Amino acid sequence: MAINWFKYSAPTTFYGLAGKMIPWFAFSSAILFVVGLYIGFVVAPADYQQGEFYRIIFIHVPASILSMFLYLVMAAYAALGLIFNTRLSAMMATAIAPTGALFAFISLWTGALWGKPMWGAWWVWDARLTSELILLFLYLGFIALHASIDDPRRADRASALLAIVGSVNVPIIYFSVKWWNTLHQGSTIKFSGTSMHVAMQQAMFIILAACWLYAIAVVLARVRSIILERERNTTWITELPEVRS
Amino acid sequence: MINLDIWMRENPLAYVWLGSYAVALLIFAIEIAMVIHKRKITLQQVRLMREAQDEAEDDN
Repeated sequence: MAINWFKYSAPTTFYGLAGKMIPWFAFSSAILFVVGLYIGFVVAPADYQQGEFYRIIFIHVPASILSMFLYLVMAAYAALGLIFNTRLSAMMATAIAPTGALFAFISLWTGALWGKPMWGAWWVWDARLTSELILLFLYLGFIALHASIDDPRRADRASALLAIVGSVNVPIIYFSVKWWNTLHQGSTIKFSGTSMHVAMQQAMFIILAACWLYAIAVVLARVRSIILERERNTTWITELPEVRS
Repeated sequence: MINLDIWMRENPLAYVWLGSYAVALLIFAIEIAMVIHKRKITLQQVRLMREAQDEAEDDN
């Protein structure tokens, strides 16, 4: 039986589907966080050079990956909304921005906490750190621009342009450690292999999955509110059980 | 600042936990609370609008 995926690109059908998916993503995320933190703090050994301080990477790396990837997803949704004028795409882009900004903030915050004992400084104007800071400003700019325009469709179009232009910063963040001589270390995990202990890898990947599921759950919950707000004058919204009760 | 340097070196696990994980979990908790609050407020607004529409229809 073929599934008509286009059916779920309409706010009418997506609203209900999102509501059903949120508890699954949220519950799986909570379990994975607990498992990941247990492996990261109890099973994984201390690093021979960095001691216990290295354990910050279990949240720092997933937060950094999510901040970059969410931006690309947000820009892709924004582009879809701009090109095809689809309502849900623009709503999804608006819903992703605050979560992406928070992950960018967590990435910078935990990076500073790692930098102090390792480099002796909370902050350095390194290419990786600076480009990640620009990413946070791009997220904040997107949110501020969207909020500053009263007409939601015009706000979608204006902020979509910012999201698309800003996406050029993501490859700059990723390749900054290769293109410039940075203080920030290069990738530890490569396609050719890694020197990381198995338990360290497990903790990092499990927390990465937990962060992914958390982001999906929160974005779905937020987009449901946006759909409610924007479609409030339609009949299907007034007939929803939660609105009728 | 010197005191913090000494404290972090003497208590690395507490520094890692409180500084990064507790802050990250607090940020997640605040975000979840904001999303729930936003949903409540939006639902309330939509219900009010629906009630106003129903009253207007009854008056007519």
